[in-house]
Amino acid sequence: MIQRKIKQNLAFSAMWLSCGLTVLIMLFVIGYVIIKGFGQIDLEFFLTPPRGGLSGEGGISSTIVATVYLVITTLVFATPLGVSAGIFLVEYADNIKSRFVQKLVVFARFGVETLAGVPSIIFGLFGYALFVTSLHFGFSILSAALAGTCLVIPVIIRTTEEALKAVPNSYREASLAMGAGKWETIWKVVLPSAITGISTGIVLSAGRIVSETAIFYVTLGGSYRTPTSLMSSGRTMALHVYYLAMETRAFDKALATAAVLVLLIVLLNLVINIVSRWLSA
Amino acid sequence: MTKEGVMKTIDYSLYYGDFKALNGITVNIPINRITAIIGPSGCGKSSLIRSFNRMNDLMSNSRTEGTILVDGEDIYSQDVVRLRKKVGMVFQRPNPFPKSIFANVAYGPRIHGIRDKSKLAAIVENSIRDAALWDEVKDDLGKSAFSLSGGQQQRLCIARALAVEPEVILMDEPASALDPVATLKIEELMEKLKRKYTIVIVTHNMQQAARVSDFTAFLLTDSERAGNLIEFGPTIEMFTNPVDNRTEDYISGRFG
Amino acid sequence: MRKNKKRFDTAMKYSLLFAALASILIVLMIGFFTFREALPAFRDIGLGKLLTESVWRPGQGQYGILAMIIGSGLVTAGAVILGVPLALGCAIFLSEIARPNLRAIVKPCIELLAGIPSVVYGLFGMVIIVPIVRGIDVPGNTGFGLLSASIVLAVMILPTITSVAEHAIRSVPKEFREGSLAMGATKWETIQKVIIPGARSGIISAIVLGLGRALGETIAMIMVIGNSVIIPATSTGNPLSIFLSRARTLTGNIAVEINYATGLHESALFATGVILFVLIMIVNSSARYLMSRGSLGKNC
Repeated sequence: MIQRKIKQNLAFSAMWLSCGLTVLIMLFVIGYVIIKGFGQIDLEFFLTPPRGGLSGEGGISSTIVATVYLVITTLVFATPLGVSAGIFLVEYADNIKSRFVQKLVVFARFGVETLAGVPSIIFGLFGYALFVTSLHFGFSILSAALAGTCLVIPVIIRTTEEALKAVPNSYREASLAMGAGKWETIWKVVLPSAITGISTGIVLSAGRIVSETAIFYVTLGGSYRTPTSLMSSGRTMALHVYYLAMETRAFDKALATAAVLVLLIVLLNLVINIVSRWLSA
Repeated sequence: MTKEGVMKTIDYSLYYGDFKALNGITVNIPINRITAIIGPSGCGKSSLIRSFNRMNDLMSNSRTEGTILVDGEDIYSQDVVRLRKKVGMVFQRPNPFPKSIFANVAYGPRIHGIRDKSKLAAIVENSIRDAALWDEVKDDLGKSAFSLSGGQQQRLCIARALAVEPEVILMDEPASALDPVATLKIEELMEKLKRKYTIVIVTHNMQQAARVSDFTAFLLTDSERAGNLIEFGPTIEMFTNPVDNRTEDYISGRFG
Repeated sequence: MRKNKKRFDTAMKYSLLFAALASILIVLMIGFFTFREALPAFRDIGLGKLLTESVWRPGQGQYGILAMIIGSGLVTAGAVILGVPLALGCAIFLSEIARPNLRAIVKPCIELLAGIPSVVYGLFGMVIIVPIVRGIDVPGNTGFGLLSASIVLAVMILPTITSVAEHAIRSVPKEFREGSLAMGATKWETIQKVIIPGARSGIISAIVLGLGRALGETIAMIMVIGNSVIIPATSTGNPLSIFLSRARTLTGNIAVEINYATGLHESALFATGVILFVLIMIVNSSARYLMSRGSLGKNC
C-alpha cells in the first residue's frame, strides 16, 4: 500500500516538474528577450529605419511599415476567401444532393486539412515559383501576401467553421420560418452572432503573418527601405531579426526587435484569450 | 454477526458548492442484506450511494458534514484506496475497460499486488462464476470486453468488483441500461450474492426494489431541493404499510 | 419575388462553393508548380541519385541530399526524445492532476509558447543555447549543430504535442476512470493502466503531428544547426557526440540557397521541396488515420 502511494507521489512529482519546467522555459524565453531587448529600445528605435549594410545600426520603422502593409494585404486576400469557404462548409455542405458536388466537398475538406499541415517553406517555394518568377511579381509585398494567404486560409476557415457551428440552430429555424431566404438568414442572423468568433480567427492569422519568417525570406526580398507600393520589396520585423542575427551578427538590435515582436504576440494572444473566454461565458 | 450495520451514516449532509444535495441523512445499512434506495429523480439517490465509497471526492467542489462509518470507522479517517477495495461499486452503464475479459477482472487483484499467474486465474474464474457469467465466456477470456452484450458487460463489471473481495457492493441503477431479460439475470444474481456481501442498490424502478430488496430507504427533496431521508425500514412493511404519507404517495405513483 | 430570392440563394451557394474549393486548388497548384520546377532535377539527376548521394556541390553538378535527409531525421529524433516526455508530462498534468484554476494559468502559457515566432526561438538558441553547448569540451564543437537545434526544436513542438495529447486524454470516458478508482486503484494506477491505454492512439498521433512540425521547421533550424552539408558523425568514441556535429536540414537547404540558385541547382532545390512535402504528407496522414481510428470509449 505504502509502496503504491510512493509510486504515485513520484509519478505526480514528475508531472509537476515537467509542467513547471515548461512554464519556466516560457517565462525564460520571453523574459530574456524582453529584458535584454528593452535596454536598446527608445522612441528613436521605432521612428528611424535600419541604416542597412552590415552596420546593424538604426531602428525598425520601415520594418513596422512593411509588417503592417503585409498583414493588411494578406488579410484582404485571405479573409473573404476563408470566411466564404467556412460558411459553405458549415451552412451548405451537409445538405447537398448532387453526387458530384458532394465529392467536391470531400475534396475541399481534404484541402483544408492538407493545407494546415504543409510546412511554411513549401508555401515559400510555391510562392517563389509562381508569384516571384512565373508571374513576374518579383520579390514584393504582393508575392509575399499571396504566399502568406496560403498559410492563413486554413486558420480562417477553421475558426469560421467553429464560430458558425456555435450558433444555435434555433436561430436559423426561426429566421427561415419567417420566410427569409437561406442567404438572408446567414447574412442577417447567423453571421452577426458568429462575428466575434470569426474575428479571433482573423487576429490569429495576423499573428501568424507577423511571426512567419521562412515564407517571406524567399518571397519578400528583404530590402530595408520602407515599402511604397504592392510591388516593393521589404522586410518584416521577424525577417529583420533574422537578418540582424545571421548577416550582421547585431544581436543587441536583433533582441530589441524580437522584444517588440514578442510583446506584439503576447498582446494578440491576450486579445484572443479574452475574446474566447468572453465567448464561452 | 450482529444486526448492527457494516455501514451507517449519521446526520450526513453533502454539498456541491453552495448547493446542498443531501440533508442530514441518518441510516443503518444492514449486513448481508439488500438495501434499496428509492425516490424520484434528482432526490440524491446517486449522491448518497456514491458517498459510501467517497466517489463524490472526484467533484472538486464537493463538501460533507456529519459522519459515515464503515466497519465502525469514519470513512474520512480511512485510506480511500483501502475503503474502495472494501466497498465495491457497479455503475449505471456497464463500464468495462478497453481490455480483454480476463484483464478486466484481473485488473483489481493486480493493482492490489497479486502477481502469481495461477492465483490470478483462480480469482478471475471464481469471480466470473460468482457473477453467473462463466458458462458464457469461459472460452473467450482473451476477447475484448466490448464484444459482450450489455447485460454480459454489466455482469462482467460485477465480477470485476467481486475480484477484489469487497464486503459491500454498491449498485447505482445497475439495470437501467439493460433489457428485461438481462435485468432479471442481474436481480437473480443479487439474490445469490447477498449471502456473502452487503448490497446497496439505487433504483428508480419500484417493482425492482420490491422484488429484490430486504430494506428500503425512501428519499425525497425538500423545498430547497436537498435530499432528505423520509423513511427507512423492511421493504415488505414499507410497501404494504408505509408510515409516512409521502412514502405512500410515491409508492402509489402520485409523484411519477 | 420568391423566384428571385431562390435564384439568388442558388447563385450564392455556388460562389461559396467556389471559395471552399480554393484550399484544394491551392494544394493542387502547390503540387503542380513545385513538381514542374523539380522535373528537370528528377529527369537529369534521377530520384535515386538525389536520395542516395551524400555530396551536395551545386557548382560541380553534384546534387545528393542524403546528408540533409539524415540531418532532418537526427534533429527531429533529438527533438522528439527531449520534447515528448516533457509534453506528455504536461498533458497528463493538465488533464488529470491540475486543479481547474491552475490549469487556467498553465494552459495559456503553453499556448503562448506556440505563438512565439520561430525566428525568436532561433535567436534565443543563438545567444543562449549555442554558447552553453559550446562549453562541452569536444574537438571541433562550435555549439552550432544537432544538439542545439534539437533543444530549440523540442521546445517548439512541445505545445503541439501537449495540446493534442491533452485532448485525447480528456476524451477518455469518465466511466473508465470511475470504474478503476471504485476498485481501489490509486489515481496514478488509474492513469497508467486505464487512461493512457485508452488514449493511446490519440497520444501517438500527437507525437506524430509533433514530428511533422519538427520536419517542417525552417528558420530556427538555419540559425542554430550550422548548415554544413555533411553527414553527421561522431567526433569522439562516445556515440552521443554525433549530436555535436553540424548538419543541414531539408528545409534549410531550400531556404539558404533558393534566392540565388538557377538552372539545375534551382530545380534540385524544388526536388528537395517535393521530397519534404511527400514526407510530411505521409507523416500527417498517418497521424490523421490514427486519430480517426482512436477513441475506444465510443463503442461501450
